[in-house]
Amino acid sequence: MGWISPGRLNRLGMLNMNRRNVDYIARYNERSAYPLVDNKLKTKLAVAEYGVKTPKLLQVVQQQHEISHFREMAEDLGGFAIKPAKGSGGKGITVITGRDQDNYVKASGARIGSTELQRHLTNILAGLYSLAGTPDVAIVESLVESSPALAKYSYQGVPDIRIVVFRGYPVMAMLRLATKASDGKANLHQGAIGVGLDIGTGRSLNAVQFNRPVTLHPDTGLAIENIRIEAWDQMLEMASRCYEATGLGYMGVDLVVDANEGPLLLELNARPGLAIQMANGRGLLPRLRTIEDLKRPHFTPQDRAEYAMESFATS
Amino acid sequence: MTSRSRLPFFIGVFLLIAAGIVLAVWRHLELGIPWLAGEQRPVWMIEARIDFDGNDEPVVASLHVPDQPPGFRILSEQAASPGYGFSILEKSGSRRAEWTKRLVTGPQTLYFKAQFIPDDTAQSPSPKREPKARRVFWEEPEATAVQEILAQAEERSSTPESMTRELIRLMQPDTRTQNTTLLVTDEDYLDLLVDMLNHSGIPARTADGLKLRDARRRQSLMPFLQIYDGDQWLTFDPETAAQGIPDNLLLWRQGSASLLDVVGGDNSEVSFSMLRQTVPALQLMTMELKTNGLGLISFYELPIEEQSMFRMLLLLPLGALIVAFMRIVIGIRTSGTFMPVLIAVAFVQTTLIPGLIAFLSVVSIGLVMRGYLSSLNLLLVSRISALIILVIFITAGLSIIGYQMGFNTGMTVTFFPMVIIAWTIERMSILWEEEGAREVIVQGAGSLFVAICAYLAMSAPLAGHLTFNFPELHLTILGLILLMGQYTGYKLSELVRFTPMKAYD
Repeated sequence: MGWISPGRLNRLGMLNMNRRNVDYIARYNERSAYPLVDNKLKTKLAVAEYGVKTPKLLQVVQQQHEISHFREMAEDLGGFAIKPAKGSGGKGITVITGRDQDNYVKASGARIGSTELQRHLTNILAGLYSLAGTPDVAIVESLVESSPALAKYSYQGVPDIRIVVFRGYPVMAMLRLATKASDGKANLHQGAIGVGLDIGTGRSLNAVQFNRPVTLHPDTGLAIENIRIEAWDQMLEMASRCYEATGLGYMGVDLVVDANEGPLLLELNARPGLAIQMANGRGLLPRLRTIEDLKRPHFTPQDRAEYAMESFATS
Repeated sequence: MTSRSRLPFFIGVFLLIAAGIVLAVWRHLELGIPWLAGEQRPVWMIEARIDFDGNDEPVVASLHVPDQPPGFRILSEQAASPGYGFSILEKSGSRRAEWTKRLVTGPQTLYFKAQFIPDDTAQSPSPKREPKARRVFWEEPEATAVQEILAQAEERSSTPESMTRELIRLMQPDTRTQNTTLLVTDEDYLDLLVDMLNHSGIPARTADGLKLRDARRRQSLMPFLQIYDGDQWLTFDPETAAQGIPDNLLLWRQGSASLLDVVGGDNSEVSFSMLRQTVPALQLMTMELKTNGLGLISFYELPIEEQSMFRMLLLLPLGALIVAFMRIVIGIRTSGTFMPVLIAVAFVQTTLIPGLIAFLSVVSIGLVMRGYLSSLNLLLVSRISALIILVIFITAGLSIIGYQMGFNTGMTVTFFPMVIIAWTIERMSILWEEEGAREVIVQGAGSLFVAICAYLAMSAPLAGHLTFNFPELHLTILGLILLMGQYTGYKLSELVRFTPMKAYD
């Protein structure tokens, strides 16, 4: 088991857990803004006012008795996703792609009956997936159709893009690709691939899986080097806009690219992880300090995104 | 945004840490609370034995007992004398142990025991009223002889002390002149000395001292001469004129006229035996606190039951400190923030190995049962509630089976906090489903490792001793924990986690 000296980490400007918690999250994130990001329903409503698009909200299941009617309500829906409003890290999300007679077809191809789906909803309401185990509501959203250019890289699941936004400036980004090991989830802990993205262009830099560098996707076999995200400046601006919507100084913005709708906001995270630095092969600290040292911050999301593209471009 | 100065914070933390240490040192010096649990202090156990013959009448036996002897502190006093009424009285400046009985026949033995702690700083109190020299009348020819000797001594001296020394020297057999031989008979030598000093205007009296030697029996008191120099009583050896109290000498009687009075008995005598004991310094401290006003900030004032509860409670900050250190500086992942401390507390009661075995078996059986519960698809609250009941069943089962098989240690399972174990099982089980078995093992092992570290720290005798006897040290612990809350450096585990970054350096 190797290790790296603190001096080298410092030189690389690697942000660590303690410093992130004390110097960034505690300092720049108002506690009162947390419920806004910890609850997907509230996030949706809050960012909508700032022109940030999210997957279409089809239904909200709030009460236990509504679950028995769920079947009728879902009758004319094709594909949809059920999410716990207070869930985190993709827990409790069930994606239904279609119907097979009385059964629902999950993204993985498995079929589940409506009683199972109802039980899942009951669990969500009871707070099984919510952050503190508190009672929750289930939201039903329209299915995201990943743009084919990106979808081909991912094993099942929808690839999503995590952008760390500091005081409204997008400072670092990565693309998360699901793998077989991650069970089709874009979760880095479970073995999804993290691909660092150049803030300046939206091109892929390098990639890691389980914290180790990789060059090919282990399941699709495609080279990861030449990925380029479309409408990159638009995405950065969208991410930047979430700052106005929530007031959170340090957050992670998770976006997807929908084939029809373009970039959509999936969720916000008030405690974004540190693995993004490994995917990018560089530390966050120099960029965070650049923003902190700004004498006159830019006022519009557009200006901030432009500034970030200029300042943090890697090439 | 809020880049306020952290200086006041660091000053506050420094004050907390310093206050804890300074208070502890002060209490160590002032109250004699030892730093180490096993520290021993010498104590002299002295037994006075009184023998007399009763002659069919009511008896009052009264023995002078020491009252603040110089160089010693009295730790305990007790009398052993079946059938006698006993009390300690304060009579005209003399502290007396008094035995009483209505009808006494034949030889009688009474015991008085006292423990003394050597203490160089202990002083006899100054007399309330300035003692005056007694007037003594002499008859001829003694009057002339006394006058001459005193004149001789006075001529060679300048102060009451030197006068006393000269006088003693003049009275010694080898320097005796005709005058002295006339005066001195062996029995009343000391009384004569006292009389002569009083005659010359120096207040003088006799005192009795006990030479302390380990395991001696039937010792008697040695007479000493004391004079008052206008400020305090000074002690002289009446034979050698040496001034001051020799080492290991306990002045049993000072100031009072008689050592032993027996009314209603004959042939009374008193003898002493002594023993040097060593007593744990801590026990000594607690015994003294009862008689000392300074005990206010001590837990020893509480009833025993509360004391033992506090013993446990006061160990918790230590466990919290270790958890904080392990998580913030080392970066060990645990399941539940303070679960390890609570497990460690249970380990303190069960001891490590039986505790570990019991804990692991309860958790693994619980995990299997939780697997079945999860297939039932219950609501969270009722699942946890069911789990708590199951955990109680498991512990009860393990205790009974263990007991039947002859392992008393099986019983110790009951020390584990049931609710915490139920939650641990629940968390582990969810972790298993979501992140896989590897993460369960990592977090489980991390929790156990932290729990064992906390256990080792909390079960160390020194830790228990320091936290209970110096509760102010918790201020220091608080300060350290606050300080760690400001630690923004790399965790040890991050040095490993970020290793692949070497490639980009």
